[in-house]
Amino acid sequence: MYTISNRLKIASIVLMVIGALGIGVGFVSAPGSVAEAKEMVSSHADDHSGDAHAENAAHEVHDAEHDEHVMHQLQNRPWAAVYVAAFFFFMIALGVLAFYAIQRAAQAGWSPLLFRVMEGITAYLVPGGIIVFILLALSVAHLNHLFVWMDPEVVAHDEIIRNKSGYLNGPFFLIRAAFFLGGWIFYREYSRKLSLAQDEATDNSNFVKNFKASAAFLVFYLITESMMSWDWIMSVDPHWFSTLFGWYIFASMFVSGITVIALITIYLKSKGLLADVNNSHIHDLAKFMFGISIFWTYLWFSQYMLIWYSNIPEEVTYYVTRIADFKLPFFGMVAINFLFPLLILMNSDFKRMNWFVVMAGIVILIGHYLDIFNAIMPATVGDQWFIGIPEIGAVLFFAGLFILWVFRAISKQALQPKRNPFIEESKHFHY
Amino acid sequence: MASKVIHAFYTDDDVLMHAVKKVKEAKHHIEEVYCPFPVHGLDKAMGLSSTRLAITSFMYGCVGLAVAITMMNYMMIQDWPMDIGGKPSFSYIENMPAFVPIMFELTIFFAAHLMVITFYMRSRLWPFKEAENPDKRTTDDHFLMEIEIHNNEDELMQLLAETGAVEINISEK
Repeated sequence: MYTISNRLKIASIVLMVIGALGIGVGFVSAPGSVAEAKEMVSSHADDHSGDAHAENAAHEVHDAEHDEHVMHQLQNRPWAAVYVAAFFFFMIALGVLAFYAIQRAAQAGWSPLLFRVMEGITAYLVPGGIIVFILLALSVAHLNHLFVWMDPEVVAHDEIIRNKSGYLNGPFFLIRAAFFLGGWIFYREYSRKLSLAQDEATDNSNFVKNFKASAAFLVFYLITESMMSWDWIMSVDPHWFSTLFGWYIFASMFVSGITVIALITIYLKSKGLLADVNNSHIHDLAKFMFGISIFWTYLWFSQYMLIWYSNIPEEVTYYVTRIADFKLPFFGMVAINFLFPLLILMNSDFKRMNWFVVMAGIVILIGHYLDIFNAIMPATVGDQWFIGIPEIGAVLFFAGLFILWVFRAISKQALQPKRNPFIEESKHFHY
Repeated sequence: MASKVIHAFYTDDDVLMHAVKKVKEAKHHIEEVYCPFPVHGLDKAMGLSSTRLAITSFMYGCVGLAVAITMMNYMMIQDWPMDIGGKPSFSYIENMPAFVPIMFELTIFFAAHLMVITFYMRSRLWPFKEAENPDKRTTDDHFLMEIEIHNNEDELMQLLAETGAVEINISEK
């Protein structure tokens, strides 16, 4: 039985307070008017003395439309920062849920020891999902300009978006979001209930029910996850589309989720809990981190290379803006998410060493935060991006909430399932 | 110098594992163990050092990657930089995404094939090689432990008989 330590509780609350302050600073410092936005941009441009003249001169000929555009970008920044961080931590819980369902459906023999850890992480689906849903609802209520297709002014003058409005319209968008979240949370709660009931049962009927529920959930998840990625991420660029986008986001959430399982397992193990978890379990998780990192890279590259190769103007702008304005985060993220795990986690002995896995895990999580950052920011804040107080504040706030909620859920039940049919095999798992 | 070896036969891999551990405890050097299939953990029980085949494979992969980059940089960028369908052939990095499939495949190709060839060479396997098994039954259902004799015939015979050997032979090598 795990009890959440006071230090961890205080640390996560401190993170949330500092994060909330950072988010607040972001909203306060966003410009309220076009004039303010212009001033912010020009004071920034003065730093580059060479370009300043050209830019200032260019500013004069710019029409009011562009100034308003910049204002919207600057106003979007705190919203986008919160949205990216909220989605990032939500997707970790969702990735863990998919991993958990796969372990159950595949009847894996090594992982039942980690089921309570996974169930603890997926507990974050409820608060995380509600926060993401509220953010989406606020967007639909026109409190921000994250999703350009929600602006009726824009849609009226944009035939491409108008043709998509059968799918991309506020009410349907929210209904879909509620449906996805409802399905995921339902499976999570149902599976958790069966998992706990199995501990007290005298037969394996709960286990069998859970197996069937997990297999059904995976079918549901595959479809809804793909649609979720179109809705919540791809639709910030409503002129752009990509067919493998759903898989790409899936790979990102899957590898982040597995990484968090490994990190929390190592943390609990270091506290002397999870006595039966040995370094073979860590080795298996690290293998998944390694393999799925490469899978993510494969999808990232497939998407990038196909669009780069054919260079069709309507598709390629997606990457043109990213390479023009986000060169370092865009390519840096590929190095972090591919080269680093490739070289660090290739060696079989390194995958058994806790500090190696923790180090690789932290880097992978940073890399996949940047991945979501690169997906959302170019369409919402464009070249006005920066990783400053609003972004870091939002990450700290959600990290605090995530830690508090997850460890509270883990502390509610015994860490080891009692009579899972595979628990003996899992205890003696050795690779 | 003609040396004599002792051949102990077993019919079960569990019994074999116990025998190997016992013989190791008695500080006898096991020359070789012949099995019809891989016995899990036998290498550890015999105290064999782990293989370095994976390390060679990594290095071969690096060679393959270097070959791919050098080849395409020479052909497509240095030797005849042609405009093919508007692809930028001014520098390697500009046209790199188009080269990645080949870089990937050649890395795998070198890593896989050279590692297999290394394995054949290190374990001395080739098409017309004469088979080395001392007893035909070791390819079907018998396990054989071979121990060299240094004037300790009786002692060894007794030890092996205790370990559950079904047959113990002494032969010249």
